[in-house]
Amino acid sequence: MIDREQVLHVARLARLELTDDEVERMAGELSGILEHVDLIADLDLEGVQPTAHVVALENVLRADEPEPSLARSDALATAPDPSDGAFRVPSPRA
Amino acid sequence: MSEVVDLTAAQALGRIEAGELSADECFGAYAQAAADDTLNAYLWTAEPGDGSRAAGPDGPLAGLPIAVKDIFCTKGTVTTAGSKILEGYEPPYTATAVAKLEAAGARLLGKTNMDEFAMGSSNENSAYGDVLNPLDHSRVPGGSSGGSAAAVAGGLAPWALGTDTGGSIRQPAALCGIVGLKPTYGAVSRYGMIAFASSLDQCGPLTRDVTDAAVLIRALEGRDSRDSTSVGIDGGVELPSRKDLSGLRFGVARDFSHHAEGVEEGVARAFEATLATVERLGGKLAEVDLPNAHHGLSAYYVIAPAEASANLARFDGVRYGLRVAGDADLGQMYERTRAAGFGAEVKRRIMLGTYALSSGYYDAYYGQAQKVRTKIAQDFAAAFEACDFLVTPTSPTVAFERGARTQDPLAMYLSDYFTVPMSLAGIPAISVPCGLGSPAGGGPELPVGFQIAAPAFAETRLLDAAYALEQAIGFGRPAS
Repeated sequence: MIDREQVLHVARLARLELTDDEVERMAGELSGILEHVDLIADLDLEGVQPTAHVVALENVLRADEPEPSLARSDALATAPDPSDGAFRVPSPRA
Repeated sequence: MSEVVDLTAAQALGRIEAGELSADECFGAYAQAAADDTLNAYLWTAEPGDGSRAAGPDGPLAGLPIAVKDIFCTKGTVTTAGSKILEGYEPPYTATAVAKLEAAGARLLGKTNMDEFAMGSSNENSAYGDVLNPLDHSRVPGGSSGGSAAAVAGGLAPWALGTDTGGSIRQPAALCGIVGLKPTYGAVSRYGMIAFASSLDQCGPLTRDVTDAAVLIRALEGRDSRDSTSVGIDGGVELPSRKDLSGLRFGVARDFSHHAEGVEEGVARAFEATLATVERLGGKLAEVDLPNAHHGLSAYYVIAPAEASANLARFDGVRYGLRVAGDADLGQMYERTRAAGFGAEVKRRIMLGTYALSSGYYDAYYGQAQKVRTKIAQDFAAAFEACDFLVTPTSPTVAFERGARTQDPLAMYLSDYFTVPMSLAGIPAISVPCGLGSPAGGGPELPVGFQIAAPAFAETRLLDAAYALEQAIGFGRPAS
């Protein structure tokens, strides 16, 4: 079962700020869902190959030749804070 | 004009080809209907005159309008995936699926409402409000392609594109009384389709009949160099024409059904009646075992959130969408942006997925789930030795009341019980309306969906069988 501390730890990993209410609710809800998920925890699947891809596919490659791609101005057009042809962000350590 | 919106897409195409209906008139009728939308099915609609400004009615789809789930990027037209984090976002490119339909002559009619990032089974998780079921406004249309299903069933679109990760085309099609096809994984390009769970996501048609589904999948399928998982359907897809089911074996997995929780009596009755119709058409019923399929939901609710937690990491306030600046550093900007931009269900799944992938839990959850997935795929492969198709109800219930499951995530997840195993195995499955059933709590009867699944890339055979069944059942568009 998931406790408050675990919820806060996972929220940090997921870069998600949670309110106290959300932390409380999340602990209960995640525990309930994991209880259902745990039904498969005890299945003996020793030696079973995990699925990596459902359809048999060989490597998909193409010739290493330049193709047209998105113009820089188009890529930046929807950015919250474009600056000098780049994406500007707050300092990692303010 | 009301007559135009009663036609199936193939019927409208026939009239346009015969010169009895102009493409502009058809587009105008739907654009007007979409503008008058009272179901909240649309997040954006074209103006009635937009049709004539489009590339033109050349190509096999002859200028027909199409509604597109708001998860597909459309250049210059707002694309939100039902999320506040993408409010007002205008993508700089168009999804291959949409571009292919436009190249075939289709015109974008509107972008349909959906559960945020396709996470939900009721369309109550949209940041832009619930979608109403056209048959009963107090009930949900299903999800996550709820807007697409409601638009098609409600006469607001001749057909629509949706996406299906664990049932998101088939379940809303069932709840709204229309046809929904989830193609084989790899049949259709996902380029420009905002990713939820990449090992499961596939796009496909929601239509009023099986022929329309075939027409759309023919135009959609194919390899795309921009999606390396796309392979197309070898030999393409034929339009269906089959009149009976003689010589075909339909597998029924009783054990899988018995593990289902909360299957309504009305659903069970309509399903059994349809099995009788299958036999009447010359089809043979075969008992098959899918011994691991009932673990599908448990595996799915590890795999899908795990992959979603990685895919949704891109929504960080840097390159597009919402940014909520913190007073402090970059990390706080990320955390506040995501806190403000994502809804409750999306947060729940990101948390679940991040937990399942976190150090010390990966093997126990994601690794184990991917092994269960292998077992389920093996179950299907073995079953298809003894039958040509597998059939189940699409959803355990008919359309349920709005609000009935929003407080209990697990109850909501159980909606996907019958549809998730096919997604995990990557095989195609179609939902066709097979009759009506009473909701558990009483009230007027509502549509029940019949799910038919086939081996990978057997879309032509699948559509052919569904077509024969459709002719026998005689479902038309439900009155709305």
